[in-house]
Amino acid sequence: MSNILEAQHVVKRYAEHTALNGVSIEVPKGSIFGLLGPNGAGKTSLIRIINQITAPDEGQIILNGERLQPKHIEDIGYLPEERGLYKKMKVGEQLLYLAQLKGMKKAEALEKLKRWFIKFDIKDWWDKNVEDLSKGMQQKTQFIATIVHEPKLIILDEPFSGFDPINANLLKDEILELKERGTTIIFSTHRMESVEELCDNIALINKSKVVLHGGKKEVKNRFKDNSYTIQFTGDLPNENGIFEVLNRQQLEDGLLQAHIRNTQEVPVNQLISNLIQHVELKSFNENIPSFNEIFIKVVGGEANDLL
Amino acid sequence: MNKILLIIQREYLTRVRKKSFWIASILVPFLIAGVYAIPIYLAINSNDTKIIEIVDESGLFKDKIKSEEDITYRFINKPFEEAKKGLLNSDADILVNIPKDILSNSDGVKMVGKKSIGFGTQHDIEGAIQAELRNIKLKNANIDLKVLEDNKVKVSSDTFTLQEDGKEQSSSSTGAMILAGIFGFVLYMSAFLYGSQVMNGVIEEKSNRIIEVMISSVRPFQLMMGKIIGVGLVGITQFLLWGILTFTASTATTALMSGKIEEKAQTMQKTGANKEEVEKFKSEFKSKNPLAGISQTVENISLAKLIICFFLFYIGGYLIYSSLFAAVGSAVENSTEAQQFLLPVTIPILVSFFLGQAIIQEPDSNLAFWASMFPLTSPIDMMVRLPFGVPNWQIALSFFLLVLGFMGTTWLAGKIYRVGILMYGKKPSWKEITKWVFYKG
Repeated sequence: MSNILEAQHVVKRYAEHTALNGVSIEVPKGSIFGLLGPNGAGKTSLIRIINQITAPDEGQIILNGERLQPKHIEDIGYLPEERGLYKKMKVGEQLLYLAQLKGMKKAEALEKLKRWFIKFDIKDWWDKNVEDLSKGMQQKTQFIATIVHEPKLIILDEPFSGFDPINANLLKDEILELKERGTTIIFSTHRMESVEELCDNIALINKSKVVLHGGKKEVKNRFKDNSYTIQFTGDLPNENGIFEVLNRQQLEDGLLQAHIRNTQEVPVNQLISNLIQHVELKSFNENIPSFNEIFIKVVGGEANDLL
Repeated sequence: MNKILLIIQREYLTRVRKKSFWIASILVPFLIAGVYAIPIYLAINSNDTKIIEIVDESGLFKDKIKSEEDITYRFINKPFEEAKKGLLNSDADILVNIPKDILSNSDGVKMVGKKSIGFGTQHDIEGAIQAELRNIKLKNANIDLKVLEDNKVKVSSDTFTLQEDGKEQSSSSTGAMILAGIFGFVLYMSAFLYGSQVMNGVIEEKSNRIIEVMISSVRPFQLMMGKIIGVGLVGITQFLLWGILTFTASTATTALMSGKIEEKAQTMQKTGANKEEVEKFKSEFKSKNPLAGISQTVENISLAKLIICFFLFYIGGYLIYSSLFAAVGSAVENSTEAQQFLLPVTIPILVSFFLGQAIIQEPDSNLAFWASMFPLTSPIDMMVRLPFGVPNWQIALSFFLLVLGFMGTTWLAGKIYRVGILMYGKKPSWKEITKWVFYKG
């Protein structure tokens, strides 16, 4: 799979600090890419550079194999974290304006917008003033503005912030549908559950640097600690040279549950055959770390280093 | 390029569609026409002639005080007290008592009115008595009135400008002054009016948070220039509307007024006023009409030149100031915060306006020359000078400097704008804003 976007050694300095310090990421075509990191890590700086709002001091951005140029504006749809609309303008007129600024012809934009209005069942909003819309309605309008020109790459900065659960679900479905159609989506977020659910690849930025980068599975594998959760009956020793028990507990129906670690990193089959010498196994699961845990481990660990 | 047109279109249409735009466009010309028509209208329509009864105890004034246009004097031979009783039943409005000893006691005049006596009427009656009293006193001192009349000389002059070909051209300095005043004021007002519209537009985009969506589609400079040009076109539209409507309204009022003046002149003739008096009355109104002087000036300078220069200097000045207003708007989050940064923008506008007032007095002074060259003051001050006649090379030089000036300010404003629009939170300091200018990309 080729990359739609590559950032190569991007550096961005402001007067008092360096926002990006040699950041490189690769975003595969057709994937959903999570850009993670604590506040102030440099996510928005990177997104602004990709959107050509600012230029990098060093390094470069490659979009579809070409150096980033003004014409690429039309290939990108951007929903910023700080998002708004002209309050005194009518919804339809405003969307038409924004679509045309993204390089669409008026007739084409009108047709596409109508389709979205039917899809979201908001036909009667066309002539409403934006200031008369509820927040949720404005969010839908903003989302349409982001994608109406059918960009190849969509960048959503904290897309779920401020969304109620219904709109958040709608957004999630739309993101997945866009992916189906081959669109690449980059989104930055704090909400790790949405990363878990949606992302194929991630990059974690902390203190202006990429500290973690790769496919979801690969990253998770890197953070596996060779621990397993088992349910069983019988007598389990605390350790035996192959595994150790981290903790154990009694379950309701006479079952026992334990977290164990594969201390010698033996193949799983060997671990299981060792276990069944002692107990009768009812279930056996590898503990895969959640992104939440990984995030806290990576970012929080560094924070602890500072203390 | 297409995008900047879209922005201009939006900025223009959203403003021109507003009710307030049309209210201002229509109301202002009618106010101007009204200001100009009302005094004339009132003068013509002061039909309520006052009747003044005079009890002249001194016997000196009988038939010497002549009735005027709107005051009729009537001498009655009754004691004052009796006349006072009769006043309520007579058609007279005011009763005046001139005491016996008026020659030695000129403060002794008494007036009684049915209603309270207006200041103007009181002044007229006092004047009439005073003038006559003066004549009597002069006569008593053996000074011949005729000699005195002959000594009343009035000097009036016509001013001319010497042309290069040696011909004299009549120059109406009153007309030029009025025109200069109008130019100065209009440009001064528009710098504030449209400049602050640009600023508020920028603040609106920033506080709405639509700015980031916008600049992911267009370059910040395009957005800024689109807004500036859009609002500028709104200004030009408004000027054209004002111009056309003011012209129509004042032509209509002039026509209406001259009809009324004719009418009045005719009734004057019928009531026995002589020709001279009628002519005097007519010319009085002509002199009250400022359009006459202005049209003389316009003829001298050429209307086309005035209009072209007005739009060139309006556009140049507008671009200079509105780009600075845009830069201020980008640095702040609401218009209250903007006040602090507006000072360096408003001071040159105020200064050029005040310089303009000095320039009207001395349009060819050194001060006038330099003020009409310096790009921050030239838009207003060159236009103030123009009606008095300015050599073409000076106009060209001033405009060239103005172009350099607005290229400089838009460049500077673009640099500040680009960074400012993305800054939220703390209000920036002057030092920070200066740093923004040097940020890369």
